[in-house]
Amino acid sequence: MKTKTRDLLTKNIVTIVFVILCILGIIASQQPLPFIFKELLTRVGRNTFLVLALIIPVIAGMGLNFGITIGAMAAQIVMIFAISYGATGFGGFMLCMVLSTPIAALFGYLTGVVLNKTIGQEMITSMILGFFANGLYQLLFLFLVGTVLPIGNEMYLIPGGVGVVNTIDLKGNLMYALDDLWSLKVPTVLIIAGAICTALLVWMQMKNKATQTKDQKKASYARIGMGLSLLVVGLVLNFTTNMYRFFDVPMITALFIILIAVFNIAIFKTKMGHDFRTVGQDKHIAHVSGVNVEKRRVLSIVISTVLAAWGQIIFLQNLGTLNTYGSHVQISTFAIAALLIGGASVTKATVGQAVLGVILFHTLFIVSPMAGKNLFGNAQVGEYFRTFIAYGVIGLSLGLHAWKTFAAQQRKDKIDLE
Amino acid sequence: MNNIMLELKEISKLYGENQVLNKVSFSVEKGEILCLLGENGAGKSTLMNILFGMPVIHSTGGYAGEILLDGQVVNINTPEKAMELGIGMVHQEFMLIPGFTVAENIKLNREVTKGNPISQVFGKDYRTLDYKTMNRDAREALDKLEIGIDEYAKVEGLPVGYMQFIEIAREIDKKNIRLLVFDEPTAVLTESEADNLIKAMKHLAAQGIAIIFITHRLDEVTACSQHVVILRDGGLVAAKKTSDTNTVELAELMVGRKIEKLVQNEENRNVEKSETIISMKNFKVGMPGEMVKGIDLDIKRGEIIGIGGLAGQGKIGVANGLMGLFPASGEVTLNGEPLVLNAPMASLKKKLAFVSEDRKGVGLLLDEPIDLNIAITAMQVKDDFLKKVVFFNQIDEAKVKRHAEEMVKLFDIRCTGTEQKTRRLSGGNQQKVCLARAITLEPEVLLVSEPTRGIDIGAKKLVLDTLIELNRKKNMTIIMTSSELAELRSICDRIAIVSEGKLVGVLKPDDSDAKYGLYMSGKTDMPGEVL
Amino acid sequence: MKDKIMHGLKSIGIPRLTIITLLIVIYIAAYVLKLDVAQLFSDNLVRMGMNGVLVLAMVPGILAGTGLNFGLPLGVICGIIGGLISIELNLTGLFGFVVAIVASIPLSILTGYYYGKLLNRVKGSEMMVGTYVGFSVVSLMCIAWLVMPFKSDAIRWPIGEGLRTTIALTDYYDKVLNDFMKFRVAGIDVPTGLLLFFFFMCFIVFLFLKSKTGLAMIATGSNNKFAKASGINVDKSRMIATVVSTILGAIGILVYAQSYGFFQLYTAPLMMGFAAVAAILLGGASAHNAKIFHVIFGVFIFQGLLLAALPVANVIFPQGNLSEIMRVVVQYGIILYALTKAGGGQ
Repeated sequence: MKTKTRDLLTKNIVTIVFVILCILGIIASQQPLPFIFKELLTRVGRNTFLVLALIIPVIAGMGLNFGITIGAMAAQIVMIFAISYGATGFGGFMLCMVLSTPIAALFGYLTGVVLNKTIGQEMITSMILGFFANGLYQLLFLFLVGTVLPIGNEMYLIPGGVGVVNTIDLKGNLMYALDDLWSLKVPTVLIIAGAICTALLVWMQMKNKATQTKDQKKASYARIGMGLSLLVVGLVLNFTTNMYRFFDVPMITALFIILIAVFNIAIFKTKMGHDFRTVGQDKHIAHVSGVNVEKRRVLSIVISTVLAAWGQIIFLQNLGTLNTYGSHVQISTFAIAALLIGGASVTKATVGQAVLGVILFHTLFIVSPMAGKNLFGNAQVGEYFRTFIAYGVIGLSLGLHAWKTFAAQQRKDKIDLE
Repeated sequence: MNNIMLELKEISKLYGENQVLNKVSFSVEKGEILCLLGENGAGKSTLMNILFGMPVIHSTGGYAGEILLDGQVVNINTPEKAMELGIGMVHQEFMLIPGFTVAENIKLNREVTKGNPISQVFGKDYRTLDYKTMNRDAREALDKLEIGIDEYAKVEGLPVGYMQFIEIAREIDKKNIRLLVFDEPTAVLTESEADNLIKAMKHLAAQGIAIIFITHRLDEVTACSQHVVILRDGGLVAAKKTSDTNTVELAELMVGRKIEKLVQNEENRNVEKSETIISMKNFKVGMPGEMVKGIDLDIKRGEIIGIGGLAGQGKIGVANGLMGLFPASGEVTLNGEPLVLNAPMASLKKKLAFVSEDRKGVGLLLDEPIDLNIAITAMQVKDDFLKKVVFFNQIDEAKVKRHAEEMVKLFDIRCTGTEQKTRRLSGGNQQKVCLARAITLEPEVLLVSEPTRGIDIGAKKLVLDTLIELNRKKNMTIIMTSSELAELRSICDRIAIVSEGKLVGVLKPDDSDAKYGLYMSGKTDMPGEVL
Repeated sequence: MKDKIMHGLKSIGIPRLTIITLLIVIYIAAYVLKLDVAQLFSDNLVRMGMNGVLVLAMVPGILAGTGLNFGLPLGVICGIIGGLISIELNLTGLFGFVVAIVASIPLSILTGYYYGKLLNRVKGSEMMVGTYVGFSVVSLMCIAWLVMPFKSDAIRWPIGEGLRTTIALTDYYDKVLNDFMKFRVAGIDVPTGLLLFFFFMCFIVFLFLKSKTGLAMIATGSNNKFAKASGINVDKSRMIATVVSTILGAIGILVYAQSYGFFQLYTAPLMMGFAAVAAILLGGASAHNAKIFHVIFGVFIFQGLLLAALPVANVIFPQGNLSEIMRVVVQYGIILYALTKAGGGQ
């Protein structure tokens, strides 16, 4: 039992450290909880989709896809042109989703082809590729638009007629195009979610009753308990006076996220997903058993890039401003850092880790400036601290992974002499 | 006669100028186990590559001869075709994915799937895996082998002995399997595991599957096979009923050849009385694929001792272990003093020098010039070829060049100049550079591994002559490891045979072929003293 | 003959050829547009000397087999700290500059030692780990800059907390090397001291590479199994290379700063590694092989391109920041090219 606990601790050490950091940060920031919760709700809705875009390449053995930046660029290219030609509302939003798909798929394909040439160095290559693509992206928007390419509305051009302006306000066109479709208050959502979960879990329990082991039974009841507590919390919040009653949950955005989460789980139950796993576990054996390794690798990057493009559109419609030359730049760093904080690694990632990671990472993001100010008398400390967290957790994770692989290789080469 | 399933007719194969198979013919009956015997390089793997339609055969001009399956000529040009025809192979290295379950491994890329609404629209890539059926099929295959592994256990936790069975289960799960090739499957197994495997093979044969069993353990041949086929130097030496032969004859057939006397070691020197220079006790080396599992051997001053044996048996490990290149343990003394193991510098400082069997991987800096290649080890070990310039010790380029030129002359290294990169040299000349580098160290004991592998006959002679000359003129002790038994027998004073990581015995160059053959398959007892 | 030329061109590589041609075209364009070509060339020399040592820092890593040192910001930070110490002591001129170097060296050795230790544990992923170690340390240093106990008014903000984002060297050692023995010939200003220092550093590295230790390092990078069999301690060789690279990074930023006239703190060192990597690759190096010549040639053409493209592009295309875009494309394009050439493919 003791070793089991220790195992659990060491395996999840990154996540545990961040849970503690978050709690300390919340205390140090002296911010009211409802405020943090509201901010978090917004940020989770905004960022989760992007983080989910990372999972498939991880399983397919390509590591963390720093190239999701390129997907984000595809999204922004489509959005800028669509807005300039007057796209608005949910229709405009869906138009962007549809149009960005083939473009992102093409970008993903090209990325995949390059990554197949640098096996073993996929991550550094995808990162450099992102930087390189950013150069071409700038060429497009700073130079080609206005000279070679037309744009729907002159107001988006830099005075002088060449190049797209720095920031594009999405108010009045795409802002909240998805979020505002349908939203419910927090307690309502909790009640509905709790009820559905409980019902589903009870039904599963009834179905599996006969074949269950004792441990499974325990776990199942624990899950039902959690479902019920969601319901209870919802009810309590609904009938008492508190701030949470006034917060909106954008239901359609949530639905999108749930759909993509389900997709990420379901794909691994199919032949294609199983092939991703095979390739990710051992390229050589996959090749020998007749799996088209290169094609599968490219496909995993294509899916990831397309999801990233969709994710970026969701991100921007919530944020409300599109920074033409900046919105995409840090996407990969933040998404990857969030995923890793949730407990994922270069070779393993799950939907649960992605969601948990987003929650932890963004809690830290919200509280660190105030915490920095309260602790060091300087809000900048907190701001630099969160950048450090993002880079640091990626560096740490990469280092640990490389170390483990190297050590495992050495262990494999070193045969026990006795 | 109607029982014949596979017939090979006059199969020949050329790799460039090199005849690796020469009109090999034999047949395999339904439900029998046929053993394929032969030394390394005898042509076994080429033959199997042909049988599996491997790309390496067809990208090098294909083969000559005919393959008949059930009396029909078949053209096996891709591995897929071989699979279609029901030919399967159990690899020596495991093709298993540790993170997958046994059933997932058995069904690798042959997963059973079922349709769903999405796959109806988007195609079969989206069909869901049918784990129930997969597990059931896997169970069936495992049951056929009478092995009680859980089909849903993950492979990573299983003992090595089981892995082989999973591989076999994968093959027999292919419904049409008729012919199975086992490529040295027992090499990685313990004795009892090997026994289990042979039992399983017999069981399969009894169900009508024909089996080709590649091995070097003569006992196993007699224990399980009905027929035995022996290849040597690409030719068929014998195809016999196992019951008509015995291990001694098999050994003789496998090894025997006229010794090409490239060089002559005239005197029959008796080195036994010389003083011991290196003494190994319970010497173990953890070299992957060439494990040494405890050797006791004394090497005498001034002798040329050969280390022979089949590939993968550990002969290569000995020299690598002595040089500290792979983890080693045991007691080794040099001139009576203990040799520090696992430290290349310590071995080099004690005047051991090594010419590696892996010329390109270990022996050379391929992108550096010849002169630096020759000098660098002596520079690192003995601070040779250095001069002081201000506050740095600098390479003495003039001296390096002068020395390299001497060596080029001495060894007749064909090059455009000493500044040529070694990558551009032919194999023979590369080998000469390696030798020159070792000699530059002025060693007391020279270890050379596979010195003539892949080099032309002229270079071969020069290398062997040089070794003899160094031995005679400078009284250098030489430990020569080689797969070419003939070569060892032509220049060595004594030859130690290593099998399965252990020393089988030390032979004289003029001992009989049969004795060599038996020793190489790990046996020392001479049944019936027929020799 | 034709084959030979084709072979030569192939070994240079299409991207490099394109860039060299581009540079020539830009210079011709500058002449045609009646820009001050001599001035342009002088600036090119300055930029070469100013960035040269940073590029030189790439050589040991490449040769020892740790690959392109994207962890260069570590050395840069050590150099900046050395420079600040010198300012804090109120030292000026050449003496101040030398003290800055001397102060930065023990720091770089220490940093390089731990960085080297890390790189020895992550063999095969040095570049990716190096990049993120660099990023992490730069962002951690951002906090450090806010709290470091420097007292000098030149270093601290006059009001508020922490160190300035840019620290002017005007009163300290601004252009000490650039102006040393500077002369003018045919309208070209030659920054003698700067170039002498750069070539001197190149010469030191050249000597180092010809020493026993240096050759052991080259053997390690070229074939680590060979190195091991020759009694060379592979890990130690890689460690030495990393330390030397870090020291060169520190000296490099000091040379850069004295020419630029400022130290830039906070996030400025973040992407510095990439420019240095791109320069040496443009000069003809690969992820496995580099020569001193590649450094000199590479930094000349890369910096020349960045410098000359700006005025030319501004005349031809007044709109759009074309030269900055070109920098990004060229810089990352060449790294990408080198990565795909380095292979790893099947």
